[in-house]
Amino acid sequence: MRSNSFGPKASWGLKLAALGGLLFLHVPILIIFLYTLTPDETTYTFPLPGITFKWFGIALQREDLWRALTLSLKVAAVATIAALILGTLAAAAVYRSNFFGREAISFLLILPIALPGIVTGIALRTALGGFDIPFSFWTIVIGHATFCVVVVYNNVLARFRRMQGSQIEASMDLGANSFQTFRYVIFPNIATALLAGGMLAFALSFDEVIVTTFTAGQDTTLPIWIFSQLTRPRDRPVTNVVAMFVMLITFVPIFLAQRLSAQSSDTEGETK
Amino acid sequence: MSNSPTPAIRFNQVSRYFGDVKAVDQVNLEVRDGEFFSMLGPSGSGKTTCLRMIAGFDRPTSGQIFLYGQDVSSLPPYERDVNTVFQDYALFPHMNVADNIAYGLMVKKVNKSERMRRADEMLELVRLTGFGKRKPSQLSGGQRQRVALARALVNHPKVLLLDEPLGALDLKLRQQMQVELKSIQQRVGITFIFVTHDQEEALTMSDRIAVFNEGKISQVGTPAEIYERPASPFVAGFVGTSNLIGGEVAKRLTGSDKMFSIRPEKIHLGNVNSQPEAGMVSLDGAVRDVVYLGLFTRYLVETEGGIDLMVVEQNLKTTSMDVLSVKGQKVRLFWHKDHINPVGG
Repeated sequence: MRSNSFGPKASWGLKLAALGGLLFLHVPILIIFLYTLTPDETTYTFPLPGITFKWFGIALQREDLWRALTLSLKVAAVATIAALILGTLAAAAVYRSNFFGREAISFLLILPIALPGIVTGIALRTALGGFDIPFSFWTIVIGHATFCVVVVYNNVLARFRRMQGSQIEASMDLGANSFQTFRYVIFPNIATALLAGGMLAFALSFDEVIVTTFTAGQDTTLPIWIFSQLTRPRDRPVTNVVAMFVMLITFVPIFLAQRLSAQSSDTEGETK
Repeated sequence: MSNSPTPAIRFNQVSRYFGDVKAVDQVNLEVRDGEFFSMLGPSGSGKTTCLRMIAGFDRPTSGQIFLYGQDVSSLPPYERDVNTVFQDYALFPHMNVADNIAYGLMVKKVNKSERMRRADEMLELVRLTGFGKRKPSQLSGGQRQRVALARALVNHPKVLLLDEPLGALDLKLRQQMQVELKSIQQRVGITFIFVTHDQEEALTMSDRIAVFNEGKISQVGTPAEIYERPASPFVAGFVGTSNLIGGEVAKRLTGSDKMFSIRPEKIHLGNVNSQPEAGMVSLDGAVRDVVYLGLFTRYLVETEGGIDLMVVEQNLKTTSMDVLSVKGQKVRLFWHKDHINPVGG
């Protein structure tokens, strides 16, 4: 229904190109799905010599895998929460007040995402070493938070800039104190931005390899575990199983986020 | 006016500086209980800053603001019994109309059924009964305006502040809302302080007007006082159109070379042989330009002192079709001495 309002129909060439692009992006993922079922241990032969579900059972029993997965989930969760709080506060400060060094702070916040991860990683490692801070769960979280904060900050700041500034004044004018104003006016306005920023931060943290290698010490997060699996060809199908589950799990929040932001942009589109 | 000796709002030597800019400069002001008071002035004259200081969004650099006798200068907005209708309405886009209106009650922890009852009451007051479930984005500009008004009135504030609320509406809707605002004000009996740069709007609606210029108040008075007896060249020029006459010509006409103002509609156009009646003064000139405007005609007359005067005459006579033919002719202008208004300076 909606596509009718967008100009003439696409040509066959364009349709084919679009299809080709989508296949190029998604066929490799399907290949991973396919080879979770192969009875071969080390090679990718096609067609599959047979079908087996044994790798799922093997993956389930791998203690190191579960440890890596839990660690990754925990790190991503804590880094995301920290990013949500710090990113929102920073965005609010930069949006609402005009203090000395505002532009500099804004720049410094965005810098970690522009810097190559290897630079951030080395810098963090040197700093941690210099202060004699032992590697731990928290050093991984700090490393991830450097780039997670930016994502939330950018999203929330963009939303603040789109929000009518007088809404906050209107709320205070009608008798709401700062806390009530945040709860009833600011939060609903930035909620979808927080959701989008939070999910992106979670995803970034969940698959981060480079910075983590510098700040993790002996701990292994899931991406590092997968990475290290490459050197063990015998476990390849197990790695495929893990990859598939990671994809299925991330599919749910991405799908929900899309639905949510589609709804909110519909209502915004109706104004004027 | 003497039913309440305490003014609704009193400014005592209020100043607000932004760096070197004196946005508001030592303003003294009294707004009476229950009146429709307008702050009129060009942009940057300090009227909006005054309004924001009453609301609590801004604080005076020096001086005090009293709300019914209580010094509110340093109170935050949510502790002042004052509500605002914003220029851009500032409705909450994520709430429906009823929740927007009931917001002030919700944050004061009034229970839900009471809130909805009073929101309905307000919707009826602004003639939007049945619109409670809609989102602000589904309303027209005029309807949003009414919701903003209802939301600001639901708390029964002591003073309602309106910041150029009609600015975004088209002319017809604006005129309709002017009448409606005035009638709502009379029904609820709340003191309204209305900020505008539109002199016609201020003249139509207000009990009294304060004319702002460069951070100071030039004049406070009823619409008729402001219009008929402008106290300064600025007021004479900003409110309506005025002719200003000074120097030699003023001396010959009034006996003093002090500047005076005369409204275009008070001047009569006569032929060069007619003599002034008792109490009238006259000035000769030539018609340089004629603009026919249907209801009336505007003449630009170049007079002997080199001063251009604007004259407005209603098109009452059947000969008004010929008004354009007077262009270039010599004329004699007459006006009553009573209409001469010294403006100082």
